[in-house]
Amino acid sequence: MSESLSLTTRMRSRILCGVAALALGTALQPAFAEDAHYGGTMKLVAVASEGTLDPHINYTAKYWPLFIWTHDGLMAFKKAGGAASAEVVPDLAEEAPVISNDGKTYTFKLRQGIKFSNGKDLTVEDVVASFQRIFKVSSPTSGSFYNGIVGADKCLADAATCTLEGGVTGDAATNTITINLTAPDAEFLYKLAVPHAAIVPADTVTKDAGNEPIPGTGTYAFESYDPNASLIMVRNPYFQEWSAEAQPKGYADRIEYTFGGTEEAAVNAILNGQADFMYEPVPSDRLAELSVSNPDQLRVSPQVAWWYAPMNVNIAPFNSLEARQALNYAVDRDALVSVFGGPALASPVCTILPPDMPGHVDRCDYTADPGEFWSAPDMDKALELVEASGTRGQKVTVVTDDSVTSRGVGTYLQTVLTDLGYDATVQSISGDIQFTYIQNTNNNVQISVTQWYQDYPAPSNFLNVLFGCDSFTPGSDSSVNMSGICDKGLDDRMKAAMALGSTDPEAALKEWGDIDYDMMKLSPAIPMFTPKDVDLISARLGNYEFSSQFHWLVGKSWVQ
Amino acid sequence: MLPESDKTAPSPAVTAGEDAGRRRGPWKRVFEGLIASPTAMISAGLLMLIVVATLLAPVYAKYVSGTDPFRSGLSARIKIDGKPTPVMQQSTEGLGLGVTPIGPTWGPQYLLGADGQGRDVAARMLYGGRNSLLIAGAATLICLFWAAIIGIAAGYSGGVVDGVLSNLIDMIWAFPVYLLAISLSIVMIGKSFALGPFEISSGSLIVPILIIGLVYVPYVARPIRGRVMAINQSEFVMAARGLGIRRWKILLRHILPNVSTTLIVFAPMLMALNIVTESSLSFLSVGVQPPNASWGTILQDGQTLLYSRPWVSLAPGFAIMVTVLLLNLFGDVLRDVLDPKSARGR
Repeated sequence: MSESLSLTTRMRSRILCGVAALALGTALQPAFAEDAHYGGTMKLVAVASEGTLDPHINYTAKYWPLFIWTHDGLMAFKKAGGAASAEVVPDLAEEAPVISNDGKTYTFKLRQGIKFSNGKDLTVEDVVASFQRIFKVSSPTSGSFYNGIVGADKCLADAATCTLEGGVTGDAATNTITINLTAPDAEFLYKLAVPHAAIVPADTVTKDAGNEPIPGTGTYAFESYDPNASLIMVRNPYFQEWSAEAQPKGYADRIEYTFGGTEEAAVNAILNGQADFMYEPVPSDRLAELSVSNPDQLRVSPQVAWWYAPMNVNIAPFNSLEARQALNYAVDRDALVSVFGGPALASPVCTILPPDMPGHVDRCDYTADPGEFWSAPDMDKALELVEASGTRGQKVTVVTDDSVTSRGVGTYLQTVLTDLGYDATVQSISGDIQFTYIQNTNNNVQISVTQWYQDYPAPSNFLNVLFGCDSFTPGSDSSVNMSGICDKGLDDRMKAAMALGSTDPEAALKEWGDIDYDMMKLSPAIPMFTPKDVDLISARLGNYEFSSQFHWLVGKSWVQ
Repeated sequence: MLPESDKTAPSPAVTAGEDAGRRRGPWKRVFEGLIASPTAMISAGLLMLIVVATLLAPVYAKYVSGTDPFRSGLSARIKIDGKPTPVMQQSTEGLGLGVTPIGPTWGPQYLLGADGQGRDVAARMLYGGRNSLLIAGAATLICLFWAAIIGIAAGYSGGVVDGVLSNLIDMIWAFPVYLLAISLSIVMIGKSFALGPFEISSGSLIVPILIIGLVYVPYVARPIRGRVMAINQSEFVMAARGLGIRRWKILLRHILPNVSTTLIVFAPMLMALNIVTESSLSFLSVGVQPPNASWGTILQDGQTLLYSRPWVSLAPGFAIMVTVLLLNLFGDVLRDVLDPKSARGR
């Protein structure tokens, strides 16, 4: 009995221990399992690199998703998928800024104990110097994002002596930074959360750093960059996670971005397990096959973006309003959607603001049946306009990059231009120089094919940045207003709408919708389609998350 | 005119029949030699067929396929079995992603299917072939012309002229052919330029013709120079010189006719090489520019359709292979006919 009792007791205690261990194990399992994902090398591939590694200058959808893991700003977009990715959270700032002086003064408390990847401590001097550097290196958005900072006008006029006096000041004693604006700006926190407002060491060169990595505070640091071969990112040895929302610790130990090859080769590399992600869209003909054979490796996500063809309003033939409008009437958006992979992957657009952008209104004049949406091209109207413009027979060169889709769009535009009576050709140049090439007025680009993805969810990011007077800098590679349009009336309305956003956001959005419509009357570009993002990922890649701001969140995915 | 080298003492192996053949005249003998060779006849016949087919490209496009091979046909539809069918076909399986151009119909329209722009590949093949052959042929003539001038000038003049020209040839030779061609192309296709009184537009076929015609000049000029130097030391030239015949007469009567056989032997081989070079440059986007087509550009178009529509790549690849093979076969026979000694030596 006693023995039996003792046995029962022992058994009971064993069972209890087992249950306890099981419960503990179950509780700890996710944490251990997640820890197991840290490490490994993530391999990315792209057809070409995309310019400078300077976060204050590079303005490409290829490198911004990398800069957010190597550099931080005072604020950051939440590194999360879905709608949460549009939220701005404190990053190097301890908390959201104190906003005073009727929305014109922002005071930030800087986090302490953060180091750059070169081991130097982050200080308020670095923050002040970084804002000055935005102007000293003529950042592409210095005239559009940051021109509202007090002293910015002097910096824009004479970059070399930029001090932003009275605009950005630091107080080392209280570890605070104060930013004064000339007028309230409802989008200012968004602008502080993009890579152009990255904080870099105060002693960073005040010119384009080119291929030389600039130290940052992010979870990764650039180890090397050869635009013709590869870009390597490794863990920042000094990184300690301070905010999982703003800058979480990345899973992979090392990220290797390899440039070269073709989209086809990239697809094969991913299917063979030799790469984890490709930057370029999956070639249209492979999509059909992959959507049947490897659906688990495809991720389709909506984007706030547009593919468009800016027309240079300052040189023939597109210095003629009629010629620009003619092309807008003639372009078959459905045909272009098929170049991108069909209606499952893109939708025709007729406005500058994409459908998911606040302020967007469904309106379309440049179609056979004007109304809310694009329906079909109107070639008769287009031919009439070309005749009226007197530009028939002129030579036009469409400049595209060398990706399959861009070349396909360019070839289609060349056909349309030929149908309209122009002597049209297509010039396809490497993707790593095309975006800057088409910006520089010295290259006399008449029409080009390009894309724009939202930097932040505000209409000014499309209208003011792409068609504002401040974004047009003749002779510069950083002149993102590629149409070269500068309509003073619309420019003033855009500035007023930005100011209105801080007091009456609803009224501001309505005004942006009207500005969009009025800008399209001037037809500085051909809106073509809004694309969906299709990522082909390797079978081993886990925890894929898509941010509407920065697309695939590379640091949040694991490869083991 | 009989090449003077053939008037020299007959080789011991010369037979009575061959001796009679010589009396028939060299060009007639060459012609008869070619006629007698099945390889030459088949290759020349097939080459002629290819040339005629490509010349009939507009007829094919207008009356057979009924499409414009230079216009995007992204929204086009054709009738198959009486049913209208889109040329660009939206995927309906799996996730329903992607658009694939129509495959070979083996009928008059879209015989070999469509490319990524919905254009008829068969019609583009014919137009592309016309351009490829035109570029290769014209480049061959330019190359032979300049190679002959440089080679003869260097080999016949000797001295300083030879030194300058030989070093110039060596300098160009030092550049890898494709590197030189790509570099020249990138510079020349970017913008229009003036060639004397003529304005050459960036998309003109003259650009690849000039580039390909020039890059191979050293490869032909050097052997020509060597041949001229050898002929210059031959007995009949020495004899002519001894008789007081003027230099320019020796050049015209004795050197040129003998060099011409070398140039003729080079022609088909060089043309084959030029077809490959043109295709390579066009494949790399630095040769024929859109909207023009060549076999190289069609190859490039098909690169992204290799999995779903391999014919877009296979067709121009096959055309290039066959044409180059035929030119090489014909060139081999031509060389043997023009230089029977080398044929016997092999």
